[in-house]
Amino acid sequence: MVDYKDPKSTIAAVQVPSEGEAGKTGSWRSFKPVFNPEKCILIKSEKARCHICWMFCPEVAITKSRPPTINLDYCKGCGICSTECPHGAITMKKE
Amino acid sequence: MELKHESNSQATRGRHVEILTGNHAASHAARMARVDVVSAYPITPQSPVVEKISEFIASGEMSARMIRVESEQSAMASCISASITGARVFTATSANGLAYMNEQLAWAAGTRLPLVMCVVTRALAAPWSVWTDHQDAISQRDTGWMQVFCEDNQEIYDTVLEAYKVAENDNIFLPIMVCFDGYILSHTTMPVELLSQNEVDTFLPSFNSHLKLHEKIDEPVGVNPVTLPDPREGFPGYMEFRYRLQKTIEKAIDVFEDIERDFASLSGRNHGGVVRGYKMEDADIAIVGMGSASSQAKKAIPHLREQGIKAGVLTIRLFRPFPKARIREALKNVKQVVVFDRDVAYGLEGAISAELKSALYNRKHQPHVQGFIVGLGGRDFKTEHVIHGTKMAMEYAEKNEVPDETKWLGVDK
Repeated sequence: MVDYKDPKSTIAAVQVPSEGEAGKTGSWRSFKPVFNPEKCILIKSEKARCHICWMFCPEVAITKSRPPTINLDYCKGCGICSTECPHGAITMKKE
Repeated sequence: MELKHESNSQATRGRHVEILTGNHAASHAARMARVDVVSAYPITPQSPVVEKISEFIASGEMSARMIRVESEQSAMASCISASITGARVFTATSANGLAYMNEQLAWAAGTRLPLVMCVVTRALAAPWSVWTDHQDAISQRDTGWMQVFCEDNQEIYDTVLEAYKVAENDNIFLPIMVCFDGYILSHTTMPVELLSQNEVDTFLPSFNSHLKLHEKIDEPVGVNPVTLPDPREGFPGYMEFRYRLQKTIEKAIDVFEDIERDFASLSGRNHGGVVRGYKMEDADIAIVGMGSASSQAKKAIPHLREQGIKAGVLTIRLFRPFPKARIREALKNVKQVVVFDRDVAYGLEGAISAELKSALYNRKHQPHVQGFIVGLGGRDFKTEHVIHGTKMAMEYAEKNEVPDETKWLGVDK
């Protein structure tokens, strides 16, 4: 069986996402995600499961925590988290 | 076509013969392979393959998920995504639909996904044509997919099952096209013996993906990130991945033959492995072709032999990977090779003819090779073309001529 974590046997390019793959990309940002804890379902209910922002962030700049935190060193400001959040808990503000 | 029934009735219990078109033979194979996901876009002459599958799903005979899409490019993209999660996937297309998939075909091969796709071969527009030739499939030969060409409906059913087994082999993991001629096979009925579901399940256990992303929902990974020219921190560079792809597809010839042997002992049917000879034992001249071109060449053999021309037919079944060594072996006793291509590598010559020459070059035994372009866009490729072409080729060989310009048969010049 092929193990994608083993570079010798990997047959398809698969990467475990990690911070800083392309340097500190936070400097590319012109819009900043601002997190509103009052709207986040993870804060409103301890039983809630969501983490859609974490799942969608292409830079792995959002943590899978309660509340999720955004690492602005790497966040490029793409706004995907804001678009995908079903509760409107993330808004994009001009830097 | 020959149906060899095993004498042991236990072994064949649950088998039955149905009168099927080539398209429906493919649908039955996909059903019995227990395909999980089908995504396709309709195009003539492929559409009945997927229409039949949707009937199987509607009647509960098949539990696959059908993804309806707005184009072939999306069909292939859906197939890729489904396969990455570990699903067994099937699709089918023809002609411009296949061309529309081109970019995604390269993604599928590069991601090493064992997709099985029926290509019901049809001429590529323009001008618009719905009839057969091999241009569509041949035009995708460099995408990293394996390609098999079939000659009858039984072979289509059997090859789809074999195709999954080859594609999903632990040492392969590559996509494969099962190609068969539009109308000549796709819409023509023939008796096809279906194996029992038990036999198929034994031959084709469930798919064990190398990615299995569905098991890693809490451990997300990125598939196909930007891959740099050079390896970095042990992560291979682009060229390493491409090297692995080529080395793997080279191995597929042996794997295909092994699987063909397994399939033959299970079913009692042997399609000859990667190349198939007909009256080749004592032949001085080999006529080479694929699919319908090869079937037509066989019809001409009795006529040629009556005229004292000892000809046989070599059918190329596996076109990608191109079985160079097997072809050389099959041609070791012939003085002359005549190739009939239902395709053109535009600006060069027929694709099979060109590739066959490259397989023979730099070797001791170099028979004279003459190619002909025939049967484009559904133009009838007739027995008389085979006879005429063979005689023309014999004259060239006699005079030791190798014309640079392409020779076409059955065209108003």
